Amino acid sequence: MQAAPSESTALATYSAEVRQLLFTYVVQLADTSLILGHRLSEWCGHGPILEQDLAMANIALDLLGETRSLYQYAAELEGKGRTEDDLAYLRSAVEYRHPLLVEQPNGDFAHTIVRQFLFDNFHYPFLQQLKSSPDERLAGIAEKAVKEAAYHLKWSSEWIIRLGDGTLESRQRVEKAIASLWRYAAELTTPTATEKALQEAGIIPDYAALQPAMVAHVARVLEEATLPTPPATTFGLAGGKEGRHSEHLGYILTELQYVQRAYPGLTW
Amino acid sequence: METLEKPALTQEEQFQARIDADVRIEPKDWMPEAYRKTLIRQISQHAHSELVGMLPEGNWITRAPSLKRKSILLSKVQDEAGHGLYLYSAAETLGASRDQMLADLHSGKAKYSSIFNYPTLSWADMGCVGWLVDGAAILNQVPLCRTSYGPYARAMVRVCKEESFHQRQGFEVMQTLCEGAPAQKEMAQEALNRWWWPTLMMFGPKDSESPNTEQSMKWRIKRFTNDELRQKFVDMMVPQAEFLGLTVPDPALKWNEERKAYDFGEVNWEEFWQVVKGNGLCNADRLQARVQAHEEGAWVREAALAHAAKRKAREGVGA
Repeated sequence: MQAAPSESTALATYSAEVRQLLFTYVVQLADTSLILGHRLSEWCGHGPILEQDLAMANIALDLLGETRSLYQYAAELEGKGRTEDDLAYLRSAVEYRHPLLVEQPNGDFAHTIVRQFLFDNFHYPFLQQLKSSPDERLAGIAEKAVKEAAYHLKWSSEWIIRLGDGTLESRQRVEKAIASLWRYAAELTTPTATEKALQEAGIIPDYAALQPAMVAHVARVLEEATLPTPPATTFGLAGGKEGRHSEHLGYILTELQYVQRAYPGLTW
Repeated sequence: METLEKPALTQEEQFQARIDADVRIEPKDWMPEAYRKTLIRQISQHAHSELVGMLPEGNWITRAPSLKRKSILLSKVQDEAGHGLYLYSAAETLGASRDQMLADLHSGKAKYSSIFNYPTLSWADMGCVGWLVDGAAILNQVPLCRTSYGPYARAMVRVCKEESFHQRQGFEVMQTLCEGAPAQKEMAQEALNRWWWPTLMMFGPKDSESPNTEQSMKWRIKRFTNDELRQKFVDMMVPQAEFLGLTVPDPALKWNEERKAYDFGEVNWEEFWQVVKGNGLCNADRLQARVQAHEEGAWVREAALAHAAKRKAREGVGA
């Protein structure tokens, strides 16, 4: 592990424009893991078996840890004195920048698994590349998170296989979940203007380069799960990364931000 | 060992002699059926309490007021799931199956700690559950680290370490509230008002009405009586409440210089027995949540078993 660079050296080299782009982007990453972790934590105490309750809480905790490091970095990039909690608790739905996939409801266990699998299948190879980012803070966060993401991907892949090649019911349920969630996957690797600019600056990985590994892993898992590959032409739903969300987000934030909104400005 | 000179001890006498000498009983040792049954009842009840106990705190994970608190709460509830797992495993060493224990929980035959039948209504409840409920749990559980049955005692060593961590975290939540704005301090006091008496009930009925205590003490499953632990708890908590600047909601509470202990009011035993019988505010909801999770998870567990069987069959063919 590299030593954490001092704040001034890491940030001083960026132009105001890059700093703004990076702020937007780091918030997007933080929002993504916060919202997915929130969804997973809704399972806590209600999982299908105690061991899986533990596994989901564990993944939610990993994502929350990643969230906090990212918001802390975003707050420094912004330099306006906001904290991780200000960013999480005091922004409205349209200011949230995560992809639509992660805010989708838990549904049954199959929906939760498919949502997780689609995310992990991007998250893991993405973090592997982000580790070599010239931005030392992002590289450091990725270095820690990638080990966790490797486990998450293993967990969700194994469940896709179990459910696909389990019973008739589990197969039907996982097929239904794939049919409803697959259309959200493309947004993960479709760069926004902010992402394109950062990719061109060489600060974040080029998503196109991640595709071959992602496609290969999905193919391998679906084959082992004896599940058909969903048609590639499915119309992709997107917009979350630019603040255009589904109706679900409003309710997530209502819960998540409740105490901070009801008692503004206090320390907890 | 039997000797020729003295009349041989019965199995039961040998067993009691080991207990009296503080030698741990292990799964393969002979034990009286009643000892086994008492332990299965107690350990599974304890495991169920961890499982059901995830619900009132899980209720606040999505609403925790800061990312740090959310993270602490989530790992705490995760710890509880872990405690449930090792306690179910400890009960399994006595020949109980997890499926049967869960079936008994779902049918209402097996009990869990009544404290979890009270609702968590404000963020301060996360403080009170940690500070008071885990505080009471620790007093109940620390002696269990020396309980006579080995697997239970060893599981409890781990549980207690984590519980005392949780208790400190709960106290810290309360302290932050009490040092905060008036609205936060009110929230803390209001939560203490609701949790104080139910927590005193966690030590169980009065000694005079506790049918299992005497035998459990003899077998060294239990090492202190309910009333002894309740007194200890009050003596420990009152100064902490004073430190926080909170008022314990008991007008009869008074330091007794002669006893060097606090005198305190009478628990509402009618309420205690009603909640034990299933008539508390959240009994039905808690059980329903558990039953629903179990039933809705049935297809997942079946799929995992079916897949494992297919795999095994394929490996068998390949071998």
